[in-house]
Amino acid sequence: MRISAGATLALALLTAAPPAFAGGEDVVVEDAWSRASIGTSRPGAAYMTLRNTGDEPVVVTGLSTDLAMMPMIHATATDEQGVSRMTHMEELEIPAGEVVALAPGGLHLMLMDLQRPMVEGESFSLTVDFSDGESISVEVPIRGMAARGPAD
Amino acid sequence: MTRLQKGLWAAVAVAALAAAGLAAYGTRGPDATAGAASSVKADFELTGHDGVVRTEDDFRGKWTLVFFGFTNCPDVCPTTLAEIAQTMDDLGPQAGAVQPLFISVDSGRDQPMELAAYVPQFHPSILGLAGTPEQIEAAAGSFKIFYERVPEETAPDGYTMGHTSQVFLFDPDGTFVRLYGYGTPASEITADLRARIDAHG
Repeated sequence: MRISAGATLALALLTAAPPAFAGGEDVVVEDAWSRASIGTSRPGAAYMTLRNTGDEPVVVTGLSTDLAMMPMIHATATDEQGVSRMTHMEELEIPAGEVVALAPGGLHLMLMDLQRPMVEGESFSLTVDFSDGESISVEVPIRGMAARGPAD
Repeated sequence: MTRLQKGLWAAVAVAALAAAGLAAYGTRGPDATAGAASSVKADFELTGHDGVVRTEDDFRGKWTLVFFGFTNCPDVCPTTLAEIAQTMDDLGPQAGAVQPLFISVDSGRDQPMELAAYVPQFHPSILGLAGTPEQIEAAAGSFKIFYERVPEETAPDGYTMGHTSQVFLFDPDGTFVRLYGYGTPASEITADLRARIDAHG
């Protein structure tokens, strides 16, 4: 299943590259990826996992990037009739010791008002702000338009 | 509501989403909507991204994969388009027996020209179909699908769309066969199509 494949990949990435920490804080961002866009008129999306290695819950309160004027967290929910809708989330809590996955069909970063096209092979820098004032900067690779995950 | 409460609700929402996803995975069968299935049919007149008007009759003789979306959709639609693109690659020579159709439910923003710049980027075999509000409504009625405009201040033109995210399969006679739930991996769709194409000859 996709989840276990994702976990395996996360593990591989963890051992391959130094994770990003929020200063002395406890959040690790893994598996960040996004899809290429056509031009700038439509919103882009980015995905990643946020791992809280600490003993306290952590709340994501904001995002910023020079790629998009309005990056925001959205949740896609699909109901029993198979209808999918998106809702905007102002905050995202990561419980102590837990991992929150932003993945296709669920939580995702919606990149509104793109300032330049998202080009396959390039990357962009994203800053994630937390309620305690800490923030993390992550480099998000841009994969092909039909990419299905961080490294397919 | 306090930040903490909001955060907790967010956590609940995430858990609910995960549970819903698992439930969908568990119950996904050859036909998830046996009751409604008999009345599902493909009956439409829409314009392809190549500018050519199409009806369901144009796809007789092929297994047809039909799914719905809109080009301003950042998450669900590219994901399904990517799974279908992978399926078409994986089918190899058998891909010739399959026609994927991406029908836009966003007649306000998606004309054939918008679909032409978008859909083939995923796979050259996928045909995008656009229509007037009336044509989309009529098509949606025949497939028994749901779509709605959802106001979203920050979205282009101030709205986004909610829509049925399953993939519909029709056989070469145009008869509805089954649904693939949202998120069905390409490998599963490919295996199912292979078996059907082999059995059908």
